[in-house]
Amino acid sequence: MSDPRPTDVPYREREQSVTIERLGGPDAPVYGTALEPETELFTINMGPHHPATHGVLRLLLTLEGEVVRSVTPLIGYVHTGIEKSCEDQAYWKVIPFVERMDYLAYYYNALVFCMAVEQLVEEEVPPRAQYLRVIHLELNRIASHLFWLGTSALDLGAISILWYALRDREKILDIFEMSSGQRLHPRYFQVGGVVEDIPPGFEQKVRAFIPDMEARIDQYEAILDRNEILLQRLKHVGQVPLETLLDLGVSGPLLRAAGHPWDLRKAMPYSSYDHFDFKIPIGTQGDNYDRYRVRMAEMRESLRIVEQALDGLPEGRYITDNRKIALPPRHELATSMEALIHHFKLVTEGFRVPPGEVYAAIESPRGELGCFVLADGSAKPARVHMRDPSFVNLQALRYMAEGRLIADLIASIAMLDPILGGIDR
Amino acid sequence: MPDATGLELIAAAVRERLGDETVVGTDYHREQAMLEVAPGSVHDTIAYLKEEADEPFELLMSLHGCDYFPAEPRLGVHYQLLAMQRTDRLGVKTRVGVEEPRVPTIVDLYSGADFQEREVFDMFGVVFDGHPDLRRILMPEDYEGHPQRRDFPMGGEPVLFTFNEHEIPRWYE
Repeated sequence: MSDPRPTDVPYREREQSVTIERLGGPDAPVYGTALEPETELFTINMGPHHPATHGVLRLLLTLEGEVVRSVTPLIGYVHTGIEKSCEDQAYWKVIPFVERMDYLAYYYNALVFCMAVEQLVEEEVPPRAQYLRVIHLELNRIASHLFWLGTSALDLGAISILWYALRDREKILDIFEMSSGQRLHPRYFQVGGVVEDIPPGFEQKVRAFIPDMEARIDQYEAILDRNEILLQRLKHVGQVPLETLLDLGVSGPLLRAAGHPWDLRKAMPYSSYDHFDFKIPIGTQGDNYDRYRVRMAEMRESLRIVEQALDGLPEGRYITDNRKIALPPRHELATSMEALIHHFKLVTEGFRVPPGEVYAAIESPRGELGCFVLADGSAKPARVHMRDPSFVNLQALRYMAEGRLIADLIASIAMLDPILGGIDR
Repeated sequence: MPDATGLELIAAAVRERLGDETVVGTDYHREQAMLEVAPGSVHDTIAYLKEEADEPFELLMSLHGCDYFPAEPRLGVHYQLLAMQRTDRLGVKTRVGVEEPRVPTIVDLYSGADFQEREVFDMFGVVFDGHPDLRRILMPEDYEGHPQRRDFPMGGEPVLFTFNEHEIPRWYE
């Protein structure tokens, strides 16, 4: 489906909307401000089980009429001590644990942990494994953004988008199932590479998915960009000055929507991202509408990266041949005593990592995902910490919501895209 | 990343500006630069690196704690600084003992440190002097102990099932 809209028009004027001005013009006071604050301030609890909070987020709101005067996030409802549990696992067994933190971007959690350990043991990742990682990462970014799109549109009253977005996410999960056998939390990335090469038919399936998904994004934009309710609720809502965002350490689509082109894939390339040609979408005003447009544009860029990675997929190993770190091929176990020893040592004890501490960082769908690993020389990490972008970005919520209507708070949470599994860990 | 020489230059500049006892050591490991400073001068060092240094690191990307048990002093607080224009990272860390784990807060420099300092306080018991709202963030408010410390037992908390509810006193509260 071709885009019927002209492309030489700036993106913010491209949608064909009617304008319903707020009564009294854009500068008119919002409803509720005329009330007496001393008599009308009241505190309510929102969550943790509220359908619009994208997980078990609890907010303590002080309202003056319908205007939010203060927002205090209270978190920890799904804190399961994953970081503590990681300290009791061998390095390669930590990967399934960290995947369950940010449960929509599991490939990213696994990658950043593997990158930190690979730095500690000074292990090079073969080029084919790096490309396979990029293919899965970018598909995961699209899946994560699709889930965000569906639930956010649902919060704003557009129910049908949820089913469309989840339908396409299912196709991505089918692709994940082909490569690793799992739809969620695949444990596909390993220290030193990926666990298995892609099966026959994988490439055709991804290649068929790319034009399909491009057409779908066109359709979603055709539905949403002319939806007057959605536009009214997103435009000029939730702006936060760029200086405040940087002061808070906010990264990812929120920062890019405010016009700052910071993306670790470009700035500090990892996993061969410097081999690919892609653009960093940025916004101009930093409102919720820009956050929506930036993520939609990111999905298109991710498709381009996947296509380039498939075109240039190098031949060679999919995991390092260092037998101290990666399991030997299964067929060698029957003939090689050495392979059997390596297999036994890796499965029982795991590999030992020399003492040291590293901080690795990648660009997840929500911003900078960092992983700090402290190794004490044994086969288990002494500390695994995830710097989760949702945890840091959540601090921007009060700047987005205070002084605005409570309905705008719902839109701001949706466009913030917090994942509580990542926040609470 | 500043290389090993660059790290020494940064350490020399910090020493010159804030005194010799500020910098405890430098560590260049696996292509990552880490500046270790005395606990009392964390705030001044980071303020200097943010605002006054010739090549400033203007952003705080991560603040996290760790436990170096059995080495002393046990607790560590790490600050990951970022310079966006130069795409450069610098780690700053400080180590404090468990007897008096006190570190000055940097919330006045970076408001983003708020949640992260609360998490380090919650998990390791490091007290950030001057933090405006130092409460537990992930664990329940009435929780005792700091679970990420290495001497805190794994699975040390009884899980309530029907078969063992009589063994856990006052479980219904």
